[in-house]
Amino acid sequence: MTTVAELPAGFADKVLSAQTTFRSVMDAMARPGSVQRVTAVSGAPASLMRGTAAIALTLFDHDTPVWLDPLLSETSDVAKWLKFHTSAPVIPDSSISSFAVIGEPRALPALDRFAFGSNEYPDRSTTVILQVESLTMGPAFELRGPGIDGTAVLRATLQPADLFERLAINATLFPRGIDVVLVADDAVVAIPRTTRLVAKGG
Amino acid sequence: MNAPVYNFAYLDEQTKRMIRRAVLKAIAIPGYQVPFASREMPMPYGWGTGGVQVTAAILGPDDVLKVIDQGSDDTTNAISIRKFFARTAGVATTTATADATVIQTRHRIPESPLHGGQVLVYQVPIPEPLRFLEPRETETRRMHALGEYGLMHVKLYEDIARFGHIATSYAYPVKVNARYVMDPSPTPKFDNPKMDNCPALQLFGAGREKRIYAIPPYTSVVSLDFEDHPFTRYRFDAPCALCGADDSYLDEIVTDDQGSRMFVCSDTDYCENRQAEGHRGSESAAPHKERPHG
Repeated sequence: MTTVAELPAGFADKVLSAQTTFRSVMDAMARPGSVQRVTAVSGAPASLMRGTAAIALTLFDHDTPVWLDPLLSETSDVAKWLKFHTSAPVIPDSSISSFAVIGEPRALPALDRFAFGSNEYPDRSTTVILQVESLTMGPAFELRGPGIDGTAVLRATLQPADLFERLAINATLFPRGIDVVLVADDAVVAIPRTTRLVAKGG
Repeated sequence: MNAPVYNFAYLDEQTKRMIRRAVLKAIAIPGYQVPFASREMPMPYGWGTGGVQVTAAILGPDDVLKVIDQGSDDTTNAISIRKFFARTAGVATTTATADATVIQTRHRIPESPLHGGQVLVYQVPIPEPLRFLEPRETETRRMHALGEYGLMHVKLYEDIARFGHIATSYAYPVKVNARYVMDPSPTPKFDNPKMDNCPALQLFGAGREKRIYAIPPYTSVVSLDFEDHPFTRYRFDAPCALCGADDSYLDEIVTDDQGSRMFVCSDTDYCENRQAEGHRGSESAAPHKERPHG
């Protein structure tokens, strides 16, 4: 049984750490494909990357049901840490979650398991936070869409291999859709629902 | 200490989180109005409570803040909001467009081009472009859901039928990313083309109406028009009386009761920079002093 004293710490400076982390995520969302860094320092359960932990401490609270993938819910460490620091309810039903945190991206569930929002309220959709291997090295993904001047190239080693193919449903569903935040250690890249894959290279 | 101590940038952290989540969804769905739990602010509605909340949620200690009211850095609204954040967040403030990282604006977009590191925060009174055509929120929401904007074109057509041209001169409706029709807030339509493909992020906050929306950088923003009545900008046909600019948006200033008037740049920073560079207009002998007219 973990006691509160044994839980990893949250932000040392809650206010300014949350602010810098938010600005990194906001810049990532406004400029899809660009790599932003999370500089805030916090403790984190072993299975959460630095970036993921900081984003959780910045955006989660009692208003945001959070779904954890099987890897992260294997032990109760992550759920306990999230509940203690953010008060976010950790729920078993991904289709009503505000955020879904994926520790094992190969096992990303089918996207229709998450909330797409409605045509009237497309903002009531799940933001999927996906922990990936690298956001600086790997195959090139050429992206376009709002926030991108022409096209942007993202070099990333990520799973699932068909992530962008799966995200193509965003084009059909728009304005409904799934927004994805990719995290690799302290690097953050956002793929909002308006971003389209142009080409995939080696 | 006599002064009450507030959290950094006034708002409490839970409120900031809620606003930040709304901002992220707003960026992900360009032009869509995200509902948010707007708070009461220490200023009346109509003075920028929406813009102030958005600014408070994004502002950090390293930011440099500029606030303009109708293009001017030195009117009551602009000064008091600038002081508000200087006091509650301790941020540096500026009047120079190029130096600012966050610009809060009431109804103008600066004349100098914005760059990628900047965020433009608009104060919005009525975020719903269809509101005066359809008062029911349930209906306007459905119209946005279906992308059904015929009514807006009818309104512009009625302008043409009555006046011979599209007479809407401010809050001129735009279509963002070829999907959502959006109210650019009551900026003069002169500013509409600056929103298109802008390198800066544009955020809109409506406090009383509790909506946040956004235009990401490099996003298409098209002013609605007709093939035979294309969108046109409007500006008074005169150079600025202080700096001689013939490309800036002008304010008309009545100078006496004999019908005399002068036109000056609405963007004070732009005008002052031009004067500092040596540009002169017809009234610029002593630009910072009042002198008798007529």
